[in-house]
Amino acid sequence: MNANRTLNVILGIYVALIFAFVFAPIIFSMIFSFNSQRFPTIPLGEFSTEWYAKILADPDVWEAALNSLIVSTCTALIATFLGFCTAYSDFRYNFRFKGPYLALILLPPTIPLIIMALAMLAWFSKIGMSGQLYSVIIAHSVLTAPFAMAVIRLRLNQMDPDLEAAAWNLGGSEWQTMRSVIIPFCKPAIASALFLTAAVSFDEFAVSWFVSGLNKTLPVIILEIVQGNIDPQVNAIGTFVFLISMTLVVLAQVFFASRQLKSIRS
Amino acid sequence: MSAPLVVFDKVEKQFGDFVAVKQLDFEIREGEFLAIMGPSGCGKTTTLRMLAGLDAPTVGEIRLGGRVMNDVAPHDRDTPLVWQSLALFPFLTARQNVEFGLKMRGVGAAERKERALKWLEKMGILEFADRDISTLSGGQKQRVALARSLVMEPQILLLDEPLSALDAHLVIRMQAVLTDLQRELGITFVYVTHSQSEAFAMADRVIIMGKGEIAQIGTPKDIYRAPANQFVAEFVGRNNILSGNVQALSNETARITTPSGNFTVPTNTVQLTQGAKASFVISADLVHISLGEPDGENKAQCKLISEEFVGSMVTLFLEDAHGQEFKVQMQERELSKFDLNSGDQIWLSWDTASAHVLDQS
Repeated sequence: MNANRTLNVILGIYVALIFAFVFAPIIFSMIFSFNSQRFPTIPLGEFSTEWYAKILADPDVWEAALNSLIVSTCTALIATFLGFCTAYSDFRYNFRFKGPYLALILLPPTIPLIIMALAMLAWFSKIGMSGQLYSVIIAHSVLTAPFAMAVIRLRLNQMDPDLEAAAWNLGGSEWQTMRSVIIPFCKPAIASALFLTAAVSFDEFAVSWFVSGLNKTLPVIILEIVQGNIDPQVNAIGTFVFLISMTLVVLAQVFFASRQLKSIRS
Repeated sequence: MSAPLVVFDKVEKQFGDFVAVKQLDFEIREGEFLAIMGPSGCGKTTTLRMLAGLDAPTVGEIRLGGRVMNDVAPHDRDTPLVWQSLALFPFLTARQNVEFGLKMRGVGAAERKERALKWLEKMGILEFADRDISTLSGGQKQRVALARSLVMEPQILLLDEPLSALDAHLVIRMQAVLTDLQRELGITFVYVTHSQSEAFAMADRVIIMGKGEIAQIGTPKDIYRAPANQFVAEFVGRNNILSGNVQALSNETARITTPSGNFTVPTNTVQLTQGAKASFVISADLVHISLGEPDGENKAQCKLISEEFVGSMVTLFLEDAHGQEFKVQMQERELSKFDLNSGDQIWLSWDTASAHVLDQS
């Protein structure tokens, strides 16, 4: 009993340390974004929103933010659509080479980003599609579709396989059944996949940097600011980007967890 | 007799190299309660799925009301199925589940609601209309599943082991609900089950299937008293099977020699030949017991092994000196007159007319 309690305390400290290790840099970045001093040193200067004012006044940052918004929204829609289609084809059909088919679909996230980015750049240049905003969208869709598929596939695996046939049996055509049974059943997973792919796309740097050309996204502009000199503006943008990604990931988790809870309850 | 509603015409179904069912040749009459019964893997569910259009026959023809159904898509048929898993839509309420089929058929919202509520009321679950499916009990879900199929007002209702997930006492209740419904609506029920008690309690006719083929079609009484072959006799259970050779043939009876003695059987159902192998059954409830040696041609002395009580009925399990097992079913109050203990030697006897010779093929 006593030994158990000691162990629990030690494990609690261990977990707290891990969280501190992961989040300390981000928290410091947030603190310094409100610091009046130019260099990130302690003791801190006064509280200031100077750096926020500065980035809000910068048209380049605004453009990058808009680009990031467009890219992540379009990527989320395309990747989730592709992910849903592949997950459904896996659920519904049995065919030859299904194993290799699934492996191939799940491959992109395992390729090192820098290799992926170079390959994308080379390919897009070859077919004259590089340097456009849609190039980033295509590249990000390829990159994130496997995540969407994994999330939706998990949900479809929880479905009673008789459900679809039951809808046909009650007079539903294939399309009616898709609309009124498969999609409603997968709705939480689809929402989760949308937020997750949007978050991954919003944060992604390497591929964006290679294929975006002049249409920079937020992570790309952050690097450009850092490359020039040490500028606390980066902390302000960083805080901003972090909050947006965290919101998206949390939303994805909320949809994911609520359905898990529901399925445990029933 | 009216024309059959459904005809299975030499239907065969293969999945790859595996033959699920073959030589399915039977009719389903309008308004009857037909049970298809057999051990798991006998092809009974495949038969039902073919009727619903979820599997297509490899060979042969299925006709519904005279129309060939082989190439008709499931959603163009009017053959609602009550699933073993119930297959209720978990993201809809009870009422929305019942409305589903009507919605697919393009029935307007007001009429849908009215018809759904009418059926929920009929099934005694109106108060749960707006509840989520996951909050309902097994029996309530069962009723939603029935209402969801019956709201379509079909000519024929298919049921695939619908009671297998319920507790024993609920099964009895739902059996009464189902037979009452079938009588009231006058529509055809096709009921697939592995449970003999369910099939015999509800069905007008029973099809016994084994290894993808029909073993016997008949009324529950036919099947119980006069099983067509060894497979049916063993599947039906509560009867005694004896095997031996034909020793003597007379006009209407035959004398059969078995290790347990010589017995007389009627030969009105099967053609027997002198010296050939023959098996016959006697239903467990047609065997009499006595302490002293009885008169008559059919008797065996046995040792009582054990007793099994089910309510007022009791089944005795016995064995004779040659290892042949016997079962006797009788009223408990009859048995109590004998004051028996396990290990006691008693005599069994039965009338010649109670024996039924099995088809050897």
